[in-house]
Amino acid sequence: MPIMQTSADVALAATEETNWLLWTAFKTGQVLLFVLSLALLVAALVLADRKIWAAVQMRRGPNVVGAFGLLQTMADALKFFFKEIVIPAGSDKFLFILAPILGLVMAFAAWAVIPVAPGWVISDINIGVLYVLALSSLGVYGIIIGGWASNSKYPFMGALRSAAQMVSYEVSIGFIILTVIFLSGSMNLTAIVDAQGAGIWNWNMFRLNPVGEYGVWNLLLFPIMFYMGVLFFISALAETNRPPFDLPEAESELVAGYQVEYSSTPFLMFFFAEYVNIMLLSAMMTLLFLGGWHAPIDIGVKFIPPFFWFFLKTAFLFFMFAMVKAIVPRYRYDQLMRLGWKVFLPTALAAVVIVSTFVVFLGDKAV
Amino acid sequence: MLIAIAFYILAFTAIAAAFMVVASRNPVHSVMFLILTFFSAAGLFILMGAEFLALLLVMVYVGAVAVLFLFVVMMLDVDFVELKQGFLTYLPIGAVVALILLAEMILVGAAYFSGETKGVVEQNSDRSNIQQFGDVLYTQYAGAFEAAGLVLLVAMIGAIVLTLRTRKGVKTQNAMDQMARTREDGVELVDIEPGQGLG
Repeated sequence: MPIMQTSADVALAATEETNWLLWTAFKTGQVLLFVLSLALLVAALVLADRKIWAAVQMRRGPNVVGAFGLLQTMADALKFFFKEIVIPAGSDKFLFILAPILGLVMAFAAWAVIPVAPGWVISDINIGVLYVLALSSLGVYGIIIGGWASNSKYPFMGALRSAAQMVSYEVSIGFIILTVIFLSGSMNLTAIVDAQGAGIWNWNMFRLNPVGEYGVWNLLLFPIMFYMGVLFFISALAETNRPPFDLPEAESELVAGYQVEYSSTPFLMFFFAEYVNIMLLSAMMTLLFLGGWHAPIDIGVKFIPPFFWFFLKTAFLFFMFAMVKAIVPRYRYDQLMRLGWKVFLPTALAAVVIVSTFVVFLGDKAV
Repeated sequence: MLIAIAFYILAFTAIAAAFMVVASRNPVHSVMFLILTFFSAAGLFILMGAEFLALLLVMVYVGAVAVLFLFVVMMLDVDFVELKQGFLTYLPIGAVVALILLAEMILVGAAYFSGETKGVVEQNSDRSNIQQFGDVLYTQYAGAFEAAGLVLLVAMIGAIVLTLRTRKGVKTQNAMDQMARTREDGVELVDIEPGQGLG
């Protein structure tokens, strides 16, 4: 039995009334496996992040625990687990503990609809994009509740900043995704990837195929969609509170923002959620703009599994995330807001208008 | 079976959370329970096959509106004693609102059980929720849709007008000027003789 099933199998299993307990158990197993592999991947990515950062600054990075420092993340995680959980006096205890849990759960839950290879998806729903968008907008609650429940000044200011920032950039991310949805004519992530098959010139970010659905006009779409891809990447940085947009935890002004009062396992959960979200947005960009699991050039070679390509692209995007962190200085808060509302939003809105015009007048799917 | 279990859990959570919105003393907790109510309602929508509405509810209400709610409520300096004092003065208004809501519920219930209801969206069709919504939204209800858009536009302009204020004497950075600056504008190299100032 394959580890991941297609939606058809699942639907079949669900319709058989007697099997619902078995089905639930099966799905739970799938989810556990998925979460476990994501957790291991996070451990690897945290190390990769630190190594890349170190390399840019001509340091060695973590190199003591395990060979080449490979076990550094494990050691750090273990350390966090065994520390005491400090709950500040005067804090809202229930919400204080709830906040990191909420953040982590929302980060993991969004992965349920991400197809990592053909059919390798926990739930292949037909509005997958909307689901990811909805759940990633819930991630802000972990931060905002954590900041408030701490009953402390810096965390609260960090939480307010974070809420304003994430809500702002979500708007432009929504419009950017809309252009992709128009071009693929579907909100199902598998369908969006399938629409970008057979070569790099069909990927949404590099629409250079002059004989496709839009003919030569496709070349006019190329600069727009390339720009949309770049916007998505930058918005993803802001959405995950990564540098240069890490103002919610700006250590030079807010100490560590919303995380100040957190220690031990709750802090670890915040940290974990952040990396799971970074991976999620890298995966989303891979699916929406970089052709998902499709090879750059389809030469009929089948021995490279599709998952490999998906993983390679996602890892590359993560590398870009890490490089940006190492190279670009932090934005000032008003600059961040200006960029989101006065640059990204109007241009994304204009792109939505242009792309929808293309789809209506030139597309095959035009009604 | 699974659907029945899910329904009862979600329905119970929704009602309990809705009650706690009113009952809880801390306004921030109230907003949290409101979010839980929205979330359970979204779950109920999914059980009815209206997945588009459900995710829209989560995205718009939970993801944006409730965040701003929380934003405002957290920054309020709430005096809990004062909150209780206004109870009797607001009772008549509250009672009127409750009565109107009750009347509406009875109306909807009566209309439903008369059997004349017709869903806008077909169930169990192979066309997805969104496609069906689009079909009616841009044809049959195009006027209402545009009107809604216009109302939102007016609200947006109103919000901007309310918050737009230009103060004099504020050193605001002009991004265009900033980017147009060259090295020659910003840096001046001066050779200073030893023992002499710039003066």
